[in-house]
Amino acid sequence: MTTLADPPVTPPVRREPPTRRRARKSRAGRTNHAGKLTYAILTVAVLVSAFPFYWTIVAASRSNADLAQVPPSLLPGPHLLRNFEAVLEEADIGKALLNSFIVSGSITLGTVLCCTLAGFAFAKLRFRGRGALLAVTVGTMMIPPQLGVIPLFMLIAELQWVNQLQAVILPGLVSAFGVFFMRQYLVQSLPDELIEAARVDGASTARIFWSIVVPVARPGMSVLGLLTFMAAWNDFFWPIVALSSSEPTVQVALRQLGGGYVHDQSVIMAGTLLGTLPVLLVFGLLGRQIVGGIMQGAVKG
Amino acid sequence: MTLSALETPAPPAPPPPPSRPNRARRAWQKMSPYAYIAPFFTLFAAFGLFPLIYTAFVSLYRVELQTPGDMEWRGLDNYTALFSDDFFWTSLRNTFTIGVISTVPQLVMALGLAHLLNYRLRARTFLRTAMLLPYATSVAAATLVFAQLFGRDFGLINYVAGLVGIGPIDWQTGTVASQIAVSTIVVWRWTGYNALIYLAGMQSIPQELYEAAEMDGASKWRQFFHVTLPGLRPTIVFTVIVSTIGATQLFGEPLLFEGSISGGISHQYQTLGLYMYEQGWGFFHLGRAAAIAWVMFLLIVVVVGVNALLAYRRTRKEAVR
Repeated sequence: MTTLADPPVTPPVRREPPTRRRARKSRAGRTNHAGKLTYAILTVAVLVSAFPFYWTIVAASRSNADLAQVPPSLLPGPHLLRNFEAVLEEADIGKALLNSFIVSGSITLGTVLCCTLAGFAFAKLRFRGRGALLAVTVGTMMIPPQLGVIPLFMLIAELQWVNQLQAVILPGLVSAFGVFFMRQYLVQSLPDELIEAARVDGASTARIFWSIVVPVARPGMSVLGLLTFMAAWNDFFWPIVALSSSEPTVQVALRQLGGGYVHDQSVIMAGTLLGTLPVLLVFGLLGRQIVGGIMQGAVKG
Repeated sequence: MTLSALETPAPPAPPPPPSRPNRARRAWQKMSPYAYIAPFFTLFAAFGLFPLIYTAFVSLYRVELQTPGDMEWRGLDNYTALFSDDFFWTSLRNTFTIGVISTVPQLVMALGLAHLLNYRLRARTFLRTAMLLPYATSVAAATLVFAQLFGRDFGLINYVAGLVGIGPIDWQTGTVASQIAVSTIVVWRWTGYNALIYLAGMQSIPQELYEAAEMDGASKWRQFFHVTLPGLRPTIVFTVIVSTIGATQLFGEPLLFEGSISGGISHQYQTLGLYMYEQGWGFFHLGRAAAIAWVMFLLIVVVVGVNALLAYRRTRKEAVR
């Protein structure tokens, strides 16, 4: 994957570790090793973080009658598949999963592309109005999109898009944070000389974008992609407004499950488990990058 | 510097003769940056900026959910109706109390966890990833699980409470109890995230400050209060603002806790976000809902303004000192 002929890229955060590690080592001689108490508290925190997931598995694999027992059973039971079947039938989780993949996938690809293009322009190109446009973008970053949900709904109704997936996809592509994130990333990791050299060689801006900017930006793009995918998968307010149970995403289906149509707690938990599994899988495989992305964003933001 | 002084200045390259394709190309180079920001700004204008601004406009009209195209001018009627509705004040109060009982413990615990995560640890990556696990869960999934755990008769939490002689708490109908339950979901989902933000902030505090403090004989506690906390101030202001904004928007947790749009039988845990949804999609008053959105926006402006002001004043005080 990274065996490109391009000059080795040092993403902004990775540049630090050597010095940091040295600093750590000098500290290590003193008392900054974690004590037993630290590990104990952190273990409790991990257990609290993970317990609801474990409980979802327990509840999803038992019958409803088991869940009403006192004392409650704390181990998984044998009914997982039966509950999956029930929830696939009652809430159409299958269609919801497919829709969520389509929606989150399109939003991720579109957002990463739009934000890389705009981030590059803001980071490295000169044009009139650059400062003002960037200020508008950053200025709206803090305003929750939930506040614009009513005109947005009127717009979607006008376009006859209610209950169609593009009603969720297109507004989902707007990410002021993404533009800012990619701009910061490129400002720090793409040297001006590289672009100048390409210019001297007669490369057009489009050429420069595809053969220099994108390879350099790739680590940043993948972090943005991960964060965008998770946010799109988990988005709640707008999908339940714009879609309905006949064309659901996972969150719309879960809302349906929690809305009192299904009374079987174990079936509800089975649906929750199915709807969460894909994100957990992504998280399990790429959790380290997601952690890095969030900490990176924090330092810059 | 010295090197460049020794170098003989290269003669400036002769300007290339202006040819037609060259000029066209230069004009394109001047315009092309706009092509790079166009996709984002087109979408941003249509689906981001326009709805935000138009909300204020819609709030002055009567608009029904079934016929969003028909708008009837009503002036400030939506606002007067809002302010005379008891449930508006209830939801405003609930938003505030739930905001406090979710944000304060969340940030304090996050600070503590970040401090611990900043030690030299084994399984560092595992610990950080595990802390972030709740953040990866959707509001809907988390709420459904917690609603089950908080069940009055068969919920695990009441069972455990019963073991130590507390017993059975009605997490759904009690005002305080239901608000604590809803806040618990928020705290669970966001504590780890904030801990990682704080950890990132802690790691950017220069090590020399700690070394100097240690030379002066400052204890670990003193170091935490006199080096870590001041160094983290911008990060803390940031997280306070972000979580306060999140708290004013709270919606999915109260909606799915029992699955009712009124936020409990007596609206005991209905938040402004849920109230807006109830007005718009429960009672079909889009205009009224827009008025609520606008009130929420003003609320956010006030909160961010106060925070920024406090941060600014503290920095100035520090500068004077």
